[in-house]
Amino acid sequence: MDWTAIALSAKLALVTLVILIPLAILLGRWLAVTRVSAKPWIEGLLALPLVLPPTVVGYYMLLAMGNQTALGRLLESLIGHTLAFSFGGLVAASVVVNIPFAVQPVQRAFEAIDPEIREAAQCCGLTFRQAMQRIELPLAWPGILSACVLTFAHTLGEFGVVLMVGGNIPGETQTVAISIYDRSQAFDHASAGAMAALLLLVSLVTIAISYGLVERLMRCRRAS
Amino acid sequence: MNLALDLRHDGPPLDFRAELPAGRISALLGPSGSGKTSILRAIAGLLKLDAADIRLGERIWDDAGRHVPTRDRSIGLVPQHYGLFPHLNVLRNVETALLHLPPDERRERAGESIRQAHVGGLESRRPHELSGGQRQRVALARAIARRPAVLLLDEPFSAVDRSTRKRLYVELRRLHEQLQNTIVLVTHDLDEAAQLASHLYLVRHGRLLQSGPTPEVLTRPCCEQSARLLDIPNIFSGQLEGRSEDHWLMRWGPHLLRVTGLREGQTPGPLRWAVLPSNVLLARPDKPWSSQLENPVPARVCEVIELGGEAVVHVEPEGLPGALLQLRLPTRAVRRYEVEPGHAIIICLRSADIVPLQDDRSANT
Repeated sequence: MDWTAIALSAKLALVTLVILIPLAILLGRWLAVTRVSAKPWIEGLLALPLVLPPTVVGYYMLLAMGNQTALGRLLESLIGHTLAFSFGGLVAASVVVNIPFAVQPVQRAFEAIDPEIREAAQCCGLTFRQAMQRIELPLAWPGILSACVLTFAHTLGEFGVVLMVGGNIPGETQTVAISIYDRSQAFDHASAGAMAALLLLVSLVTIAISYGLVERLMRCRRAS
Repeated sequence: MNLALDLRHDGPPLDFRAELPAGRISALLGPSGSGKTSILRAIAGLLKLDAADIRLGERIWDDAGRHVPTRDRSIGLVPQHYGLFPHLNVLRNVETALLHLPPDERRERAGESIRQAHVGGLESRRPHELSGGQRQRVALARAIARRPAVLLLDEPFSAVDRSTRKRLYVELRRLHEQLQNTIVLVTHDLDEAAQLASHLYLVRHGRLLQSGPTPEVLTRPCCEQSARLLDIPNIFSGQLEGRSEDHWLMRWGPHLLRVTGLREGQTPGPLRWAVLPSNVLLARPDKPWSSQLENPVPARVCEVIELGGEAVVHVEPEGLPGALLQLRLPTRAVRRYEVEPGHAIIICLRSADIVPLQDDRSANT
């Protein structure tokens, strides 16, 4: 068992969650209520990581982080080094590839809130913040939790983009998925098998939790 | 404080101007899709229109440069499906409308509203544990908790059964007696509007067809669209022939009828007119040509349908093949005077009950 890789993956998943979930709540809520004509394009853009090969996403991420682009040069001037092949780069890549896993469940949860409830909150004199705190977030929490578990599990298992952007530096960018690949290439089947089983178990549990939460959300909606 | 509305919008189309009286129940009556819910949502500030001027007395809620947000308007709303917060119990649902008050006062006021809406004892229940009627009352308790100047009710009785609805009508009237606030009720149910509202506003395609005190609107539709909205089946065409001192004479097939209540400047010519089924009188067969009979018309009975203690009778006036006139009679009168299909009877259309209808395009009060 490569505990360093497992710890790095867990850290990456947590940092990704901390950055992505607040963004997903804002974006998901906005997408749930907005009527802008460009909505299908915005949703399509956010869903791209689901359909694009990881190498394509990784390639563009590398390009964006490199010093040939204005963004890359700006980042380099801010942090003193390029983001590629560093933990920071890994986080950036992880946030991007997890956007659909975080935004979509949150968006569905906000969409499931009856507009009458939202309007009733306004008629009760609630400010936007009060309505979010007291009405919308408590109603959307199964979707938010579902987004958390999906993002966490997907980050643990992400391979292609992480390899392209972070490379394979033990303790720095070598996640558990890359470590499994590494070990199996080196015929260390015992270690690769143990880590694969761990990932399988974590994925199964998180997906089951996610489905359970969605069902609960649907039950609540039906009951109301 | 009267509620003055001047609303214009392209989609959904709205061109509505009215002044709703303070402290009364006003009903916006119209078919589905007529724009009445849009009017209610505009009053609440939930729908932004192309042009809106909404004033409650001196207070401006909407005008060319101003849009007061919903939370700052003195309104309470009961939406069609009540909009209760499903994760909160009854007490907390009502308290949510009172967050501007300190917690003690909030609880006290919520309790008071809950008692007024007759949902005491249900404080700890969540919406899904309540019946339709109870949910409606909770929504009402929440809407009145803030002591709004205007209470907006969007088809609030559509999701409850008939007996519950009748009970809720009584409770709403009782609550209105206590609170004396302005209530705007949106409904497509004519009986509901007639029973609850003191003023009626007939809406169609986003336009106000007619408004006024309920008894007046119900009995004197201004145009054919109003008459159809008021479910008046007897709409016919006649020909105004001439005027004498206090009435006009109208040719209807072979019959010459006296008509009053025509507007100033009326000229002879074609006229659409209506008569309420309850205002079509049956002349007693034993005194068919009594001197007191006004506008007698011989007719043949085509159909008699008994509905409880009342019978709906369709007759064909003599000389007017295909023109069916509906009247409503007590069942005992139908039996006593042998009103049966095929029989000849005489009906009377009092001149005051013949309602001249304006051209739909020019009718807009």
